[in-house]
Amino acid sequence: MMIRFQHTRKHYDGAAAITDLNLDIQQGELVVLLGPSGSGKSTVLKMVNRMVSHDAGHIFFKGKDINSFNVQDLRRRMGYAIQSVGLFPHRTVTHNIATVPKLLGWNAQRVQARVNELLTLLAMDPEQYASRYPHQLSGGQQQRVGVARALAADPDVLLMDEPFGALDPVTRAALQIALKNIHRATGKTILFVTHDIDEALLLATRIVLLNHGHIAQAGTPLELLQQPANDFVADFLGRADLGLKQLSLRSIASHIKAIEGTEPKHTIAHTTTFREAISHMATLHVSTLSVVNESGTVLGQVQAADLLEN
Amino acid sequence: MPVSLVQRCNLVLALYVALAIGAACGLPFLRLAPNRLLSGEPVYLSDVLQQQGSPLMFALMLAIFALLCFAVCQPRRRITQALLILAMAASLAGVWRLAGHFAGSAIQAGNPFTRITLGAGFWTLGAMAWLMALDAIDRLQLTSLRRLILQSALLLPLWLSLNEGQHLSIAQEYANQRDVFGPAILRHLQIVLLAVVPALLIGLLLAWRMTRTRDLQQAFFPVLNVIQTIPSIALFGLLMAPLAWIAIQLPAVGRAGISGVGVAPAVIALFMYALLPIVRSALAGLEQVPAEAVNAARAMGMSAGQMLWQVELPLALPVLLIGLRTALVQTTGLAAVSALVGAGGLGQIMFDGLFSAANELVILGVIPIVLLAMMADTFFKVLSSLIKTRA
Repeated sequence: MMIRFQHTRKHYDGAAAITDLNLDIQQGELVVLLGPSGSGKSTVLKMVNRMVSHDAGHIFFKGKDINSFNVQDLRRRMGYAIQSVGLFPHRTVTHNIATVPKLLGWNAQRVQARVNELLTLLAMDPEQYASRYPHQLSGGQQQRVGVARALAADPDVLLMDEPFGALDPVTRAALQIALKNIHRATGKTILFVTHDIDEALLLATRIVLLNHGHIAQAGTPLELLQQPANDFVADFLGRADLGLKQLSLRSIASHIKAIEGTEPKHTIAHTTTFREAISHMATLHVSTLSVVNESGTVLGQVQAADLLEN
Repeated sequence: MPVSLVQRCNLVLALYVALAIGAACGLPFLRLAPNRLLSGEPVYLSDVLQQQGSPLMFALMLAIFALLCFAVCQPRRRITQALLILAMAASLAGVWRLAGHFAGSAIQAGNPFTRITLGAGFWTLGAMAWLMALDAIDRLQLTSLRRLILQSALLLPLWLSLNEGQHLSIAQEYANQRDVFGPAILRHLQIVLLAVVPALLIGLLLAWRMTRTRDLQQAFFPVLNVIQTIPSIALFGLLMAPLAWIAIQLPAVGRAGISGVGVAPAVIALFMYALLPIVRSALAGLEQVPAEAVNAARAMGMSAGQMLWQVELPLALPVLLIGLRTALVQTTGLAAVSALVGAGGLGQIMFDGLFSAANELVILGVIPIVLLAMMADTFFKVLSSLIKTRA
């Protein structure tokens, strides 16, 4: 158990922000806190590293109440990335990333090695970027450095508060994929706040949908789409295209059939989602596509009916 | 067309040239007195040139005048400005040597008590040469460090010619007081640093607290503002009584050198004056630190002290330096007045001259004060520009 909320409550000026939150987050999960603005998702995140203190109940980090930690030690064990990035404008990329390792007293060699490792992980050439100042970077690059800084001291948990909210769609998609790869490669426990449903569906291993300070539904993206617990969940996820969203979560790889008769004229990669495959069929006015792997070998075919009836 | 004329010509330089010519013709270059107490007869530049002039000197003067006319009409050429700087550095030394040589021959000819004091014409010509050179340096548009070096180099010829003026009254006054200057400068610096360093530390701390508690800001600024409006002599006087009382009540404090007169009231008053510019700039500096950076620092587990030293202070520094510069220049000047409560320093020399009607002694006290203030000012300007280029 990495993080456990137990009857946690939070009030702001008498108004309840979080009412009786109970949530367990396991090691290695990428939990997305999703909800409309004012739902308390950001508050939940900030309570974990005590940027906001909770009023009642308990929050446990690795089995110990977070109030039993020294607050600075607790924060240094949790990476933190926010929408406005908050890079230090007077420090180079290297020094920004090195902030927490230096607070923890790492030696210079270890810090430098870690900085290079992280920049490479986030697809930024250390030689080119290490000694730049934040204002010499694009918005996307700044956010990459922000993520690298959050990861710097190899924290147990990564807390991310709408980190990609201010980026353009292309940069945003690239960073989402980068984060997904980092999660897969490192197995970090990540708590991610967003109000963007597509981002949540893409990234989450589990979505916690919040409304007015309590959990409306928690489950895998597919569970939420297939069995919305109530009208709020269905409405929030977009009742009209719940089906399309489901399709975008599944890969065609398991639905490839042997080719019967002539080989379909058009091809598609075996990593595509249902949604993309059906979109392709619609634009090409066909109902079957041949599936190829990276090297171009034909693996079989997919049929529209199979995908839709499944 | 008049507009294009204004745009093309250096009218500032033209004004300086006109003033310099006016001063050379209409104001006494020197004054000649039979002894130290009399104010003496005016000696005009034309008289001095009649006696000391040589064909070479007249040729040089003509060349400089031609260069000035050219620089007024064609200010764009960098080579013109460079030549002008050289010419003005030479002129600064030149008027001094001219005055010095005249004094030398006057003393040889007359009695040894003859006093040759520098007149309004000398000071105006010197000031004009100095201003013309500064204008030319500005027009070269150099980086601040190079500008500083050039401004200092301007005084080099004058510095090397100082001995040539040994028969002038001002040099004789200096010779009489020579032993006083070193200690006076040290004492002056001591007073300034004793006031500004604590003001910096306490001012920073105050400003830092003010960013956290608004009430403190509302309570302190009116007090600091009122202090700033009290005339310095009045503030020195106001401090004398309580300090004298403390020294009597606590003999240990008195033995430590704290009393109604001397350095203590001076340092305390100057400290209070320095506090306002420092607190104000430190607060402005701290308030323009991006909130996200401070927030991120906190979320990454920095303590309050680490946040101040590693994030808030470095980001507030450019603004803070402006206030510190103001405080230092202001304190260097005000410290002169503190001689009135017995604090010593360069103000002592100035007031000695004032009370004994020896104008040149006043000038000898003022020049180091002005130089110290200018050095402090340029030092911080260079520091600020270095910080700006780095960030």
